[in-house]
Amino acid sequence: MKAIKNIGLILCFIGFAIFTGSIFTGTNKVSQETFNTWAKQKVKSAFFIEKAQKEIVDIELSAFELSHRITEIAKASNTYHKSQEKIAWNKIIPLKWNKTSKDFIYPLARASATGWPQQNEGLFFWITFGLAILGGTIAFATDYKLLGKAGIKNNGIFQHSATNRGFLGIFAFLYFVGFYVVLYFFPNYLINPITAVNPLSKSLGGNESSQWFLYGFMYCAVMSVFAIRMFIKYRHNNYQILRTAVVLFFQIAFAFIIPEILVAFNKPWFDFKNAFPLNYTFFFDWNIDNLLASGNMGIFMLVWGILLTLVIVPVMVYFYGKRWYCSWVCGCGGLAETLGDPYRQLSSKSLLSWKVERWLIHGVLGFAIFMTAITLYTYFAEIESWRKIAFGVSAYDIQSSYGFLIGSIFSGVIGTGFYPILGNRVWCRFGCPLAAYMGLVQRFKSRFRITTNGGQCISCGNCSTYCEQGIDVRAYAQKGENIVRSSCVGCGICAAVCPRGVLKLENGPEQGRINPTEILLGNDVDLMQYVNRK
Amino acid sequence: MQAPKSNFKIVISLFVQAVFKFQQKHYNHRHMDHIVIIGNGIAGVTAARHIRKNSDKKITIVSAENKYFFSRTALMYVYMGHLTFKHTQPYEDWFWKKNNIELKEGLVTAINTSDKTLQFTDNTFLNYDKLIIATGSKPHKFGWPGQDLKGVMGLYHKQDLEQLEKYAPNNKVCKRAVIVGGGLIGIELAEMLRSRNIPVTFLVREQSFWNGVLPAQESEMINKHILEHQIDLRLGVNLKEIKSDKNGQVSSIIIAETGEEIHCTIVGLTAGVSPNIDFIKASPIETGRGVKVNRFLETNIEDVYAIGDCAEQHEAIGQRRNIEAVWYTGRMMGETLAQTICDNKTEYKPGHWFNSAKFLDIEYQTYGWVFSERNKLENEAHFQWKHPKEAKCITISYDKDTHLFLGINTFGIRMRHDFFDKWLSQKKSIQFILEHLAGANFDPEFYKLHEAAIVAKFNTELNTNISLRKKSWTRIFSK
Repeated sequence: MKAIKNIGLILCFIGFAIFTGSIFTGTNKVSQETFNTWAKQKVKSAFFIEKAQKEIVDIELSAFELSHRITEIAKASNTYHKSQEKIAWNKIIPLKWNKTSKDFIYPLARASATGWPQQNEGLFFWITFGLAILGGTIAFATDYKLLGKAGIKNNGIFQHSATNRGFLGIFAFLYFVGFYVVLYFFPNYLINPITAVNPLSKSLGGNESSQWFLYGFMYCAVMSVFAIRMFIKYRHNNYQILRTAVVLFFQIAFAFIIPEILVAFNKPWFDFKNAFPLNYTFFFDWNIDNLLASGNMGIFMLVWGILLTLVIVPVMVYFYGKRWYCSWVCGCGGLAETLGDPYRQLSSKSLLSWKVERWLIHGVLGFAIFMTAITLYTYFAEIESWRKIAFGVSAYDIQSSYGFLIGSIFSGVIGTGFYPILGNRVWCRFGCPLAAYMGLVQRFKSRFRITTNGGQCISCGNCSTYCEQGIDVRAYAQKGENIVRSSCVGCGICAAVCPRGVLKLENGPEQGRINPTEILLGNDVDLMQYVNRK
Repeated sequence: MQAPKSNFKIVISLFVQAVFKFQQKHYNHRHMDHIVIIGNGIAGVTAARHIRKNSDKKITIVSAENKYFFSRTALMYVYMGHLTFKHTQPYEDWFWKKNNIELKEGLVTAINTSDKTLQFTDNTFLNYDKLIIATGSKPHKFGWPGQDLKGVMGLYHKQDLEQLEKYAPNNKVCKRAVIVGGGLIGIELAEMLRSRNIPVTFLVREQSFWNGVLPAQESEMINKHILEHQIDLRLGVNLKEIKSDKNGQVSSIIIAETGEEIHCTIVGLTAGVSPNIDFIKASPIETGRGVKVNRFLETNIEDVYAIGDCAEQHEAIGQRRNIEAVWYTGRMMGETLAQTICDNKTEYKPGHWFNSAKFLDIEYQTYGWVFSERNKLENEAHFQWKHPKEAKCITISYDKDTHLFLGINTFGIRMRHDFFDKWLSQKKSIQFILEHLAGANFDPEFYKLHEAAIVAKFNTELNTNISLRKKSWTRIFSK
C-alpha cells in the first residue's frame, strides 16, 4: 500500500513538474493579424507600432523574450513621446509592475502562443493536470488503509517538515506565493497551462480559456483531490463528510460551471453564492451597468445579490451561525478546508494575534463599505469614476487600490500563499469583510454556539491547536463556558479532535448561550451563592 | 463668605483620607497573607487562579517539574506529534506576571511548620503564611527486580516524556516496548508507542482489561480494540523481573506465570500512581498513603492544606476512594480551597461522580456509578446495549428494586454532563433516562443516533413500553 502511495506521489510530482516547467517557457509568434487586432485596442502610439512591427511581428520568440521586448519598446516609445515639446499623454503607455503584464502584454501573448502545448492541447492537459490529479487521488486514497482504523489521525503532524514550517512547508509557501504572483500580475508567463484547459473552456462556455478559467479549474481540481483526503481522514465523522461534500458542490457548480454556462447563453458571468462585501465589485458601476443591460436575468442577479447580503446572510447566521457560509458554501472557505486542512494547526492562538485580527478584519470591512459608498455616490450622482472627488483621489483610485491591496495581495497572495506559515484561514480570519460582517451578527444575535460539556475538559489543548481561526477554545472549555466567538467558522474540528467529548457545535435558544461560570460543574458548592453575589 | 471655608474643609479631609489610605495600603502590603503552593499541576494552579480572582493575596507557586503550568494529560499528544509542548500550556507565559502570581522553580526538601518555612535543595528558604500541598503523584513501583534500570519509566512527569524520547525515539532504537499494568496510563503509553510503529507487549494482571472498573461487555470490547491496533496484549500475567544488559539498560523482561522472556528496549511501568509526598514524612503533617485532610482540605497543622492527587480524605466521600488521582477532582479541590483561603470557608463536596477517557479510538464517558461485575453494589442491576458492528456500547446501572437511575457508561457515544448531573440529583428512574436519552446525546451533528435501538432493547428485556422523546423541529424557533 505504501508503494502504491509512492507511485501516486511520483505521478503527481511529474504532473506538477511539467506544469511548473511550462511556465515561462512559452513559444510565441505574433502574426500580423494578431498584432493589428491587439495594437488597435491597446496602443495609440505610432512610434510603438512601427518599432514593434519590426521587432515582434512574425518572429518566433520565447514568452519571456516577447514580454521583455514589448516592455522595452513601450519604454522607448514613452521616452520618445515625453521628449516631444507637446506631450501627447494619450500615447504614453502606463508601465506598472502589477498592471502592464496582465493588462497590456498578456492579451498578445495569449493570442500568439505557438508552442508544442498549443498544438497538443489535449495531451498537454493529461500530462500536467491529468497526472497530478490522478497521482494525488491515488496517494490520498491509499490513506484508507495506511491510516488504520477510523478515528483522529494526527500522528506526526508536528514532527513533519511539511506541516510544521519545516523545509517542505517553506517550499510549499514559496510555491504558493509564486503561483499567485504570476497568476495575478504576470499571466503572460502562464500561457501554456492556460492552453491546457482550453478544450474544457470551449466545451463549457464556448470561449478561449483565460487565466481566470485556469484558476477556476485548478481551484476545483485541488479541492476535489483534497476532499478525498478529508473524506478518508474523517470517515467516522458525518459532519465533516457532509460539510466537505457540500462546499465542494458549491464551488464546482456555483463558482465554476454555472457562470460558464451563463456566459454560453450570453448572460453575465455571475457567481450566485458570492455575497457582497466579499464580492467587492458587486456595486461597481461597470457591474451594475452590465447587470442592468442583461434583461430580466440581470435584474434578477442584481436583486438577488442585494437580498443575499441584506437578508439571507444575516437570517441564516442568526439560525445557524456563519458556518453555513464559511464552511459550507464559500469558495475561500472551501479551499481552506481542503488544501488548507493540513496546515490548520499553524494558526497563532496568542492574545496578540486576536487583537491584530480584530483591527485588521474590521478595518477591511470599513474599507469595503467606504469604497462602496463612494462608488454608489458617484454612480447615482453621475460622476465619472475616474474624476477626482477629493484630495486628488477618484472613485476609481479607491477601487483599484482595494482591488490590488485586498482583492489580490491580501486574499490571494497572503490569504492562500501563507497557508503553510500562518495556517489555512489567513484571509478568512484577518481579512474577509463578509466574515467580519457575519461575525458581528454571530457574536451578538445568533443561536449558534459551541457547547462545552460540563466539567469534562482536561485542558489538553487539541481544540485550540487545531482551530484554524486561532480561537483559544480551551480557554473557554476548561472553565465550562460555551464558545461564542465572532470568528468561529464552525468547521467542527475542535469537537472532532477532543479526546473527551467536550465540544459540540449546535444551534439552540439564545438564553444560556453565553454562560460565564465561576465554578465548574461537578463541584457541589452552592452555586446560587455565587450567582446571587453578582 | 461661607464657600471658601467649606472648600478648605474639603481639602483637609481629602488630604487626611489620602494619608489614611496610603497607610492602610502600606499596612496591608506588609501584612498580606503569603500563600505558597507546592506543585503547579491542575489542583495547585486552579487554587492559585481562584485565590487571585477573589483576593489580592501574595501567591507563589513552587515547581521542580516545569516553570509554567501544562496539562499533564496532554503529554501523550506531544510524543505522538499532535501537539508541541507549548500547546499543552493553557496560559501564555505573560499570564502569571499579569495576574501577579509568582512562579518559583525549585524542589522542596523539608517543611518547617513551626516557623512556616520551606527548605529547598539548594538550601534556600521560603516563608509562607498559608501552605497548599499539591504535589500530585508518582508512578507506583512494586519492588520488581530491575525496576530502576535505564529504560524503565513511568508516564506521569514531563521528565518521563523526555526519557521516552531518549530511549524510544523510533522503532530502530526501540525494538520493542513492554508495558506493565493495564490501566488508563498503560493504554495511553501503548497508543503513543504505536504511533511511531514501535512493537508493544502489554502485560495486564487482570483476566480482561480494566475489568475491576469496567463491566465485562466494555472490558472485552476494549480487549478486542487493543488487539486490532497490533498491540500484543497479554492478559492475566504478572511481571517477574526486568533484566539488564552490560550497560545497566533494559534488555528483557520475564513473565512470572510462564517464565517467558521478552526482549525489549524499554519497560513502561503503569501500574497506578501513589501520592508524591516523601519529603513531607519528616514533618509533623499527618500522612497516610497521602496527606491526610478533612472535608475542608485542612491538614492536622493549622494553615497547611493539601489538594489533588496527594490528598487523602480521612473518610471516603460517598462511593469515592479516599485518594482520587483524577484531573477533575484535583480541579474541584483547587476551586473549593480557594474559597476557604479567601475567608469563605467551604466544604469539599465533589458532587456526582463523572469521568472520561479515550481508549485508542474509543471515547469513554461515565456519569454516576457503574461498577464492574466484581464490585457491583448489592442492589445494582445493569442494562446494556452494544452496537452490532461498531465499537459503541452503553451500560446503565439502576436499583433493581426501585429502578432508581445510578449511573451510565458510554463508549463511542457522547452524552451531556449537565443532563445526567441534574437527573442524578433529581433521583430519576431508569425509565425516565431512557425516555429522554436522545436529548442527552452530545455527538456531533449528523451522527447516526442509536437511542431508538437502545430503548427498543430495554423494552424487550424488561417488558416495558417506553417511547423515546424526539426533538421537535419547531425548537429552532424557541427563544
